[in-house]
Amino acid sequence: MIQVQDLKKIFGTKVAVDGVSFKVEKGEVLGFLGPNGAGKSTTMRMVTGYFEPTAGSISVGGIDMLVEPEKAKKFLGYLPENAPLYSDMTVASFLGFCAEIRGLTGAARTKALDRVLDLCFLDSVRNQSVDTLSKGYRHRTCFAQSIIHDPEVLILDEPTDGLDPNQKHEVRSMIKRMGENKAIIFSTHILEEVEAACSRAIIIDRGRVVADGTPAQLKERSPNAGSLRVVIRGASGGSIKEEISKTSGVQRVEAIESTETGLVARVLPGKTQQAGDVAAAIAGLAVAKNWKLQDLHQEEGRLDEIFRSITRSDTVA
Amino acid sequence: MNQNDIQKVWALYKREFLSYVNSPVLYVILVIFLLATMGFAFLFGRFLDSNNASLGQAFFFWHPWIYVVLAPAVGMRLWSEEHRLGTIELLLTMPISPWHAILAKFKAAATVWFIALALTMPIVFTVFYLGEPDRGPIITGYVASYFYALGCLAVTSAVSAFTRSQVVCFIVSVAVCLTLTLIGYPGIVDFVVNGLPGWGEAVVRFISYLSFMDHFYEMSKGIFVVRDVLYFISVIVVALLVTASGLRSKRA
Repeated sequence: MIQVQDLKKIFGTKVAVDGVSFKVEKGEVLGFLGPNGAGKSTTMRMVTGYFEPTAGSISVGGIDMLVEPEKAKKFLGYLPENAPLYSDMTVASFLGFCAEIRGLTGAARTKALDRVLDLCFLDSVRNQSVDTLSKGYRHRTCFAQSIIHDPEVLILDEPTDGLDPNQKHEVRSMIKRMGENKAIIFSTHILEEVEAACSRAIIIDRGRVVADGTPAQLKERSPNAGSLRVVIRGASGGSIKEEISKTSGVQRVEAIESTETGLVARVLPGKTQQAGDVAAAIAGLAVAKNWKLQDLHQEEGRLDEIFRSITRSDTVA
Repeated sequence: MNQNDIQKVWALYKREFLSYVNSPVLYVILVIFLLATMGFAFLFGRFLDSNNASLGQAFFFWHPWIYVVLAPAVGMRLWSEEHRLGTIELLLTMPISPWHAILAKFKAAATVWFIALALTMPIVFTVFYLGEPDRGPIITGYVASYFYALGCLAVTSAVSAFTRSQVVCFIVSVAVCLTLTLIGYPGIVDFVVNGLPGWGEAVVRFISYLSFMDHFYEMSKGIFVVRDVLYFISVIVVALLVTASGLRSKRA
């Protein structure tokens, strides 16, 4: 549904987006990750036809955004960052206006309006002025605007920004639900959101795609992915560490906390070893030595670790 | 424009016009406009003392000066407000061409001035009650006055496309409209021409020919010339083109 090729955007002398390419099919939810100022919003603004790219091509629903923008925009629903709204309108009149501009009139307009008011839990504020809404309601109103015409492509710029945890959860599950029959891109810097809602994630840094894969694939790239966390009591930390190091299949043991009475450590299995076999060996060792094995589990690899390891933060640069 | 486009432009026009209706600014401007037009006509224009059943000198003569201030007050929110609220991002990612949006908004503001002028009708009835005025000059006077308002409005629309601040937009628009008025004001043109050698006169006359006032003056006296109408229409078209390029430059 969305196809982006070598997208570039230069503001004056600053290269904001530098050769980004990706594809999103129907039924996919693509998470856009990256530090602030990485080019996430700029990329999304180009995909929605708001910014004109300096170079590259964008097609939405098979239609070239740069050649026939009005036609391509019909497929799109867009939630801009900060959820802008006309402050002098009521929720219902704003959404009604958006429906009309999307070509929905009469009964279709009423139906669409009722559907999104219900879906975004806005029924209680439908006749309230946008000016008087709380941030969560404002956000949901703008979100409702983006889905009023039931678009095939949804582009959401930080859809959970500024919401409370319950609302975040609600929006996430809504995205996941809608992702079953739409192509969705959403940007965030909350990593658990990617795991909760995305089928695929792209990490952008300084205008370039630095990682692209399913959340599970990305997690495997984490430096600690596949390692074992071990907590053993009943002997001195040094001796436990030494014994574990000798176990077959163990490449390295990193002590996190070593005391006279026990050890907390990360055990890295060898490249060709199954982490499960190593765990079994350690458990056997603990039984043989009569240690108290308090914890033994495989680390999944965390998205924030990979995020930190491949994006350079502005403060370091 | 097909049926679909007309519907979208209508939706946009309706929203824009309703936002005027829902804002107190509209009523303040209407009241000031009516007070100003009537006040100038009766106090400075000596509408009654002139003993003359016409509107040209006493009534229409003052309109440009009123529009110079009030038209930007009506038009300053057209695009500045969209920039400030960020709603421009919504508007321009909807399946509608920027041109349609520009036209719809301009028409909404133009409707405000249509209403304002319609509300001055009592003075026309007064003239007809007091004497037997020539209808022609009254009609061309109204047409000229409306075009003047639209010219100022189009300039304001162009300025508002470049700034997110309504105050900046208002001040710049007033300055531009005032300049376009003054360079054609007969008193000023004559004064400048007198102080210049012979060849300068052609230049000054040419510049004054580009002003709003030059074209308004002829029409307000009851001389309806296609040339002057075309002038105002081209000013509006150019200003709306500038609006479009302003919007594009903001997104580039």
